[in-house]
Amino acid sequence: MRKSKVLLGVAVIMLGLLSGCSSAGTPKDSEEIKIGGDLELSGGVATYGQSVLNSINLAFEDQNKKGGVLGKQLKLITADNKSEAGESTSAITKLITQDKVVAVLGAVTSSNTKAAVPVSADQKIPLITPTATNSEVTINKDGSLNKWVFRSCFLDPFQGKVAANFVSDTLKLKKAAIFIDQKDDYSKGLAAEFKKVMESVGGTITDTENYVGGDKDFKSTLTRIKASNPEVVFVPGYYNEVGLIIKQARELGMIVPFVGGDGWDSAKLPELAGAANLNNTYFVNHMWAEDPATKPFADAYKAKYNADPDALAALGYDAAQMLIAAIKTSGSTDPEKLRLALENTKDFQGVTGVITVDPKTHNPVKSAVIIKLVDGKKTLLTHVNP
Amino acid sequence: MDSITTQVFQQLINGLSLGSIYALIALGYTMVYGIVKLINFAHGDVMMVGAYSGWFAITVLHLSFLPALLFSMISCALLGVLIERIAYKPLRNASRIAALITAIGVSLFLEYGGMLVVTAQVRTYPPVFPDTKFIVGGVYFKYGDIVMLITAVVLMALLHFTVQYTKVGKAMRAVSFDKEAALLMGINTNNIISFTFAIGSALAAAAGVLMGVYFNTIDPLMGIIPGLKAFVAAVLGGIGIIPGAMVGGLMLGLVESIVSGLGASTWRDAVAFLILILVLIIKPSGLFGKNVREKV
Repeated sequence: MRKSKVLLGVAVIMLGLLSGCSSAGTPKDSEEIKIGGDLELSGGVATYGQSVLNSINLAFEDQNKKGGVLGKQLKLITADNKSEAGESTSAITKLITQDKVVAVLGAVTSSNTKAAVPVSADQKIPLITPTATNSEVTINKDGSLNKWVFRSCFLDPFQGKVAANFVSDTLKLKKAAIFIDQKDDYSKGLAAEFKKVMESVGGTITDTENYVGGDKDFKSTLTRIKASNPEVVFVPGYYNEVGLIIKQARELGMIVPFVGGDGWDSAKLPELAGAANLNNTYFVNHMWAEDPATKPFADAYKAKYNADPDALAALGYDAAQMLIAAIKTSGSTDPEKLRLALENTKDFQGVTGVITVDPKTHNPVKSAVIIKLVDGKKTLLTHVNP
Repeated sequence: MDSITTQVFQQLINGLSLGSIYALIALGYTMVYGIVKLINFAHGDVMMVGAYSGWFAITVLHLSFLPALLFSMISCALLGVLIERIAYKPLRNASRIAALITAIGVSLFLEYGGMLVVTAQVRTYPPVFPDTKFIVGGVYFKYGDIVMLITAVVLMALLHFTVQYTKVGKAMRAVSFDKEAALLMGINTNNIISFTFAIGSALAAAAGVLMGVYFNTIDPLMGIIPGLKAFVAAVLGGIGIIPGAMVGGLMLGLVESIVSGLGASTWRDAVAFLILILVLIIKPSGLFGKNVREKV
């Protein structure tokens, strides 16, 4: 009995090896270009992963309808990283070693992308993250460049800088209070840069207060902020808390403008804050759906998925298009040539703005938009160039 | 009024609103403890269920505030009785630790079962009150604040009346005092215990609806922290003592507001639990508690 089981096992392994050999040589492979997607398809930020997946599919389908790239069809192979860093490492390993993809798109969050970076470097396969905004994604801690990693979004400090310049130049206000999510690196990063830039242009910070993500009662702290008499309040948080903060601030009679970052971008915000309370609030974002450069994409996305694209979707679309453009210019799918083409991306017309990759840092140089909320609806106020 | 006085009064209003929610939840804790000596850790989650039933009543059944409040209180009273009959009654004569662990189990069941049914997504409460603001001497409060305080006070007064001046209340006090003797006097202790759970859960449901209206977001894990805070409030006032829970709840709300108002907002949870530790060290029976010598 035991012997037969062992034999069976050997037979299964042999079969596996054989089939592995045969599939590597199928003629179908030469007609398509395989691209990997290391994405958050389940777990905590599954909605983010889904947005990016939708827009990558949209970009690839469009391109395939036009005859593909280099006469070949693009094929996306996804691997779910379950919104966890460890899973992200195994997902990208599987994509590169088993599925033999020529490049990988993903992951969505900074920590999951960081977990995928060493694998792409070892295997020498380009990795483009649409949305990881942490500065250590492309630059190692020792200051050296991660040669194989690229991104289509701008970085956290840039948002803080844009917000501070907007407050001092456009709103012409000098006295700001800052309200930070103490648990979150994103929030702290934006706040630090905002403070630095505000102070460098002669502004003052009247009060800096903290909250912890998940809090619901902000009234006591807001009362304190109000007493410091700021002309504007900077809240670099996520929409769940920001909505409640703005609502409670308005209830306390604070009528000053509130300013924030891309964490505000959600259809939930007006529900949480109340549409009228959002008047006189502004946030930095990656794109505005009604922009001439963005509108065709937004319309196509809406037609296909029956939902408005968020910034993540737009950035995912740009990451996919950057890759397509790189394959076209290099005329090959050789990883090293792709890497060089991506590194030299210049004046690429994306849906989130014109992207030029800085070869020294692999960070894109691109513009941001300032969104003004009017009765809960997003309207464009201005474009800000770096 | 100058700005410091205004700030102090504003913080008092903030603290009282928050405190009245804690007080309502703490009452349920204290009543259940008083009668069966069980710390019902599922109490905060019953409040969560109350918030969701209120949300359901308002958005799906299109009820107004008061009917929705009643709907939610009645459904949670039933839930409380159900929990008591299924989870706690079989363990009434088991060791206290067994009942406590069961309570934690029920709590986790409600939290994650709730997540399964209504998803982890945060939901928003529809506005049920007009957005009117009142400004008195620079202190802002809204229509909802006043309704909340009134609702809390009315419910507490009703509870006090029930416990002190009705037959059921008398029976409750008797069971709490000595279960066996009450049984010998012809009191149906099982029914009285169920009734206590029903009232406690109904108060938690009211707190849930008020919280939903006040913060306008609800999620399946919303009961954990307020539940723990209310437990602190109950211990602070003396667990098992009804006026103690009211005072403890209001005090805790005020302390939190003052701590945040002094600029240490991230410390307010720490301060709440520090108070719990101090009370347990200095006066374990709580502010209103009497030292009762254990009979050996």
